[in-house]
Amino acid sequence: MDKKVKIYSTPTCPFCMMTKKFLKENNIDFEDIDVSTDQAKAQEMVQKSGQMAVPVLDIDGEIIVGFDKEKIRKALGL
Amino acid sequence: MMFDLIIIGAGPAGITASVYAARKKMNFLVITKDIGGQAAWSGDIENYTGYQFITGPELTGKFEEHMRKYSIELKENEEVLEIKKKNEGVWVKTDKATYQAKTAVIASGKRSRELGVPGELEFKNRGLTYCATCDAPLFAEKDVAVIGGGNSALDATLQLIRIAKHIYLINITPALTGDAIMREKVRESKKVSILNNTRVTAVLGDRMVSGIKIKREDKEETLPVEGVFVEIGLIPNSEFAKELEKNELGEIRVNCRSETNIPGIFAAGDVTEVPAKQIIVAAGEGAKAALSAFRYLAQHK
Repeated sequence: MDKKVKIYSTPTCPFCMMTKKFLKENNIDFEDIDVSTDQAKAQEMVQKSGQMAVPVLDIDGEIIVGFDKEKIRKALGL
Repeated sequence: MMFDLIIIGAGPAGITASVYAARKKMNFLVITKDIGGQAAWSGDIENYTGYQFITGPELTGKFEEHMRKYSIELKENEEVLEIKKKNEGVWVKTDKATYQAKTAVIASGKRSRELGVPGELEFKNRGLTYCATCDAPLFAEKDVAVIGGGNSALDATLQLIRIAKHIYLINITPALTGDAIMREKVRESKKVSILNNTRVTAVLGDRMVSGIKIKREDKEETLPVEGVFVEIGLIPNSEFAKELEKNELGEIRVNCRSETNIPGIFAAGDVTEVPAKQIIVAAGEGAKAALSAFRYLAQHK
């Protein structure tokens, strides 16, 4: 079953771009949430991750902060 | 297993070295914490010949693609703890294993300098960040502090002027350094208070940052801020190279052939004392170092 993947990001953040590129390369569909324009979503991200840093990935409820390839691979079963 | 060459680092210097080593058909290994190094952090790049405009992640992606075109042995997420000359070869110890090779190229780059004050580690990513480009948009309408007085601190401040409510620029020296144009823009903004001759002594908070302690002319006070942007420069990742000669900044000394004081160990890029810290310079230095290692091997067969 495909997992539901959300990424909280900002347009200027290099690690956000790398994370999205990594997901695309692995043919993972994801919802991209721009927290620079959506304050409510930014708050949601801080609450979920307990941190103020992008990118944050929500993979079926599993929260990963930063572009951590190994953790992302594990969570997606790649 | 004895490699011809071990390359430490995979930023512009390490990746270019690996491309050259692959094309020379050397038997080599790349050990690195990440791909791209500081270049991956860069926003817009407009001075890498051939690209009038490209972002850091895009250029890094192209570097990586070029490297992976050759089937190279790459250890990612691995940190080198020690490098030593042993017998006629080089011995490299990481947090996962030890390796041996006839030569090495150190291209381990630089990392953000830390404040070294209480609360810094605790509140990293909880209001304290080293990447303004990444995290500035999270601080909309909040009071924040930028620590530093050089170009990167000014750049962070200019980004935050459009986002934050008020910015305290905390500078340890008597006046801001960095480019005049940027200094002017920062001074003109009503949103910025510049505090010169001021040092940060602690980062405060509960779950997230709630303030910083600062000290000016022996007077301590607390500034209530929710964001702390640390922009106080870079330090070389050279601690593991204990036997190598370095300058007072900790940068590895090299000659024009990328040779260090230990025969068979070469260095390239921002970890060295080569003055221009530029992506294109690091890439060129990486090429030189790989070719020097190749020449060394030919002479020591």
